[in-house]
Amino acid sequence: MKRSKAKKIRLKVNGEDYELEVGNQSDQVKPSHTLAHTLRETLGLTGTKVSCNEGACGACTVLMDNKAVLSCMLLTVECDGKSITTIEGLRDSETGRLDPLQEAFINHSAFQCGFCTPGIIMSAKALLQENPSPTEEEVKEGLSGNFCRCISHYHVIKAVMSASREARS
Amino acid sequence: MENTYRYIGKVTPRRDAKEIVTGGAKYLNDLKLPNMIYGKVLRSPHPHALIKKIDKSKAEKLDGVEAILTWEDVPDWRGGTPRATRILDQKVRYVGDAVALLAATSEEIAEEALHLIDVEYELLPPVFDMEEALKPDAPQLYDQFPGNVVTPGVPFFGPKSLQEVVMGDVEKGFAEADVITEGTFGYENMPNPIPPEPPGAIALWEEPNKVTLWVSNQASYMDKITLHHVMNRQVEVRTIGGPCGGSFGSKFMSWQVQCYATLLSRATGKPVKLVFTKEEHLAAFTLRPASRMTARVGMKKDGTVTAISGKWLIDTGYYSMTTQSQVAVGCGEVQIMVRCANWNLKPVIVCTNRNASGIVRGFGGQELKCTLIPLLSLAMEKLDIDPFQFLKKNYVKPGDGYFWRDGIWYTYRGVDYTEAMEKGAELFGWKEKWKGWLKPTAINGTKRRGVGVGVHGNADIGEDASEAYVRLHPDGTAMLYSCVTEHGTGQRTNFVKMVAEVLQIPMDRISVTPSDSLINPYEFGPAGSRGTYAIGGAIIAAAENAKKKLFEIIAPMLEADPSDLETADGFIFLKNCPEKKIPWKAMGVDRTCLGYGRFDPDYTLSNCMMTFVEVEVDTETGIVTLVRVVNATDVGKIIDPLGLEGQLNGCLGSAGIDSALFEEMVLDRSTGHMLNANLIDYKWRTFSQLPIIENVALETPFPSHRFHAVGVGEIATSPGPSAVLMAISNAIGTWLHEYPVTPERVLKTLGKTSTRAPKGGVV
Repeated sequence: MKRSKAKKIRLKVNGEDYELEVGNQSDQVKPSHTLAHTLRETLGLTGTKVSCNEGACGACTVLMDNKAVLSCMLLTVECDGKSITTIEGLRDSETGRLDPLQEAFINHSAFQCGFCTPGIIMSAKALLQENPSPTEEEVKEGLSGNFCRCISHYHVIKAVMSASREARS
Repeated sequence: MENTYRYIGKVTPRRDAKEIVTGGAKYLNDLKLPNMIYGKVLRSPHPHALIKKIDKSKAEKLDGVEAILTWEDVPDWRGGTPRATRILDQKVRYVGDAVALLAATSEEIAEEALHLIDVEYELLPPVFDMEEALKPDAPQLYDQFPGNVVTPGVPFFGPKSLQEVVMGDVEKGFAEADVITEGTFGYENMPNPIPPEPPGAIALWEEPNKVTLWVSNQASYMDKITLHHVMNRQVEVRTIGGPCGGSFGSKFMSWQVQCYATLLSRATGKPVKLVFTKEEHLAAFTLRPASRMTARVGMKKDGTVTAISGKWLIDTGYYSMTTQSQVAVGCGEVQIMVRCANWNLKPVIVCTNRNASGIVRGFGGQELKCTLIPLLSLAMEKLDIDPFQFLKKNYVKPGDGYFWRDGIWYTYRGVDYTEAMEKGAELFGWKEKWKGWLKPTAINGTKRRGVGVGVHGNADIGEDASEAYVRLHPDGTAMLYSCVTEHGTGQRTNFVKMVAEVLQIPMDRISVTPSDSLINPYEFGPAGSRGTYAIGGAIIAAAENAKKKLFEIIAPMLEADPSDLETADGFIFLKNCPEKKIPWKAMGVDRTCLGYGRFDPDYTLSNCMMTFVEVEVDTETGIVTLVRVVNATDVGKIIDPLGLEGQLNGCLGSAGIDSALFEEMVLDRSTGHMLNANLIDYKWRTFSQLPIIENVALETPFPSHRFHAVGVGEIATSPGPSAVLMAISNAIGTWLHEYPVTPERVLKTLGKTSTRAPKGGVV
């Protein structure tokens, strides 16, 4: 098949438009590629982490059309036309200012090893977009799909609650 | 107490915080080198077998495959203690043992090619149980270890390394006892520490004998040392550590994955990345050792333990790299927990056909205590002794002593932990909640509450050596040379804090070298809670040494003696006349000033963690809910309040408290397969299941270093599991002695499960 006729998919990632060819060449998106793979290996956005690679731990959480999704469980070819936000796209693209959630995570040291942090922040972002004033119980429920082994949960809850308060004040 | 420090004890953001929250932190799998290829491991489906033939011809023909290595293709590199386990062997010893290494231009091709390798095995009978493995006719895993008993002793700990606890006269001790209890107790559920980031390595081989390795480890310098020996002391190894996505001890030993990547790079001349899948991480990386003890204890009415004797079996899986070390430290830790004049505790480390055990927080002591405390509890019950009072009374006090890992007797010179324990008990409400042995704290319909307590501590807070340099620059900045990697404790920031305090310059004026063994001096790494005292000790000494040298340069310019000088914010001034000052720049703009610091091991201090738990047992469903946890300790001086709290909250995960409730690897003892090697079937605590945790951290100054602090992070997981067992037993009024306490076990103990054989299906 000629390269020019290769099927293309369009993704908007962190506000940038990408047109990716589908195929089996090394620079193309294979039908078997997960969104996590494409983000990390093709686009170089390694902030999204892969831990279990089977939808159990939430480390690879990104926003797709503003909903939290597990990027290891989606095939990139299924995401044609979607808008994706990764942890790299959370800060203000104009000013470079961190998202209030990111600030809150820094101020509360809401991480230890930090590997699960991008996924937790993206889940929390989706939660706050849907529910700007969650209760602690709602935060726990909203993050219950995110694995954290160092047990930073308690600091995370404080950080999310504080970011939520911040946004409302 | 008022904090007079400028930085120590203050809440400051982690230096890597912005990188972590923006996704900028580069963990191992985020790195890419030019021309990098990808490695995979073909693993054995059999628990015990000889490889008769390997046909790799089909796999080699697949486009993109660059190298396939089998036991016939690799040098005789061996790991283990003693070094008996070949990097690839003709014999496989567990389901998951490495059979072949393969490198290809992509992970997908490598994965596909693995399926094209044909292996012919001659099956051997496996053995999965410690006592079975010790029988005379048991299958033998190694020629070097007759009877499947691993050679005791740790050469690294010296010629007398601790192999048992034997002292006094146990017969005399039992004769003095008011009560003697005995039995067999286990902590055999092999919980898995599972840091979120899987083990991995990137290797770049350079002819003729050099390798550079990018590693994910809490102790990257030690990788260089370990590999030096594994590779027969013939390879020049450079290790570069970066952010480590959790370790909990486990990644301290990553020699296999590092060797796999090295061998594949050596075979191809290209950089090779090899990262385990989560299934490999769970089923082919290290677990907590399994522990089973048959023992006897004697106790007096006043809670004095008169004798402890028994046999402690430790299942290390198919080989041991550090299990002897864990036994040595565990044997030391048990003496810190319980004062007793007469001991005869004999450990035996056994090989079986499952994946290996290795380092996990608690390092031997958690395993030993989880089996010993239930036995001590039986004696306490008979004598109606409150376990809190018992543990408080028997914990090491200043002037007491213990044989530590090197077999040498040390006298404890730290603080008395009684006050911390009492503060913890008070906060928990122990007095009100403790109703006596096998008595619930409260009953509400079908729900029953119970409480338990445990304790742990170790003298490894001063283990091993550390070295550091601190370099001062004329512009008033400094640079710390340390091979410490950041694995989650925040210690890289804390060390900067210590340097900032010594030099009295803001933390952002201090940079830290990457954890590269080529540029940094010796560093054992943060393990056994040694970061604060041992590593901190070396770093403080380096900063003080740099300051001293700077004062020696500056003193003549101020017409003073170096001892008259002090420094702050990049100026040096006279202590008794601070107005007389000159900037660091006076050292000369063409100069740096380098200080060196070293910490030598000190086993005379121990940390301590007492953990109180309250559980609620649903007697209808058997479900146990952990309601509340109170941890109590004394850390001398808090360096980083939020980091400390995080470490103490860590008591739940990483094979800690939850190993008493639901964490376990399930081994199919007919096939040798791990049945739950994924994060769905391996149970872990979620955000919606959090108990209340409260932490008490007193600050009684320790005779450690200038900040009087000691570390405590590692031990947070250890006192909890036996406390949970105790609490559940009290809640339901019957002893439970098996970890984890699943609903099935609760219902069985309550006599609520049917004893009839199930009808139909496969039995």
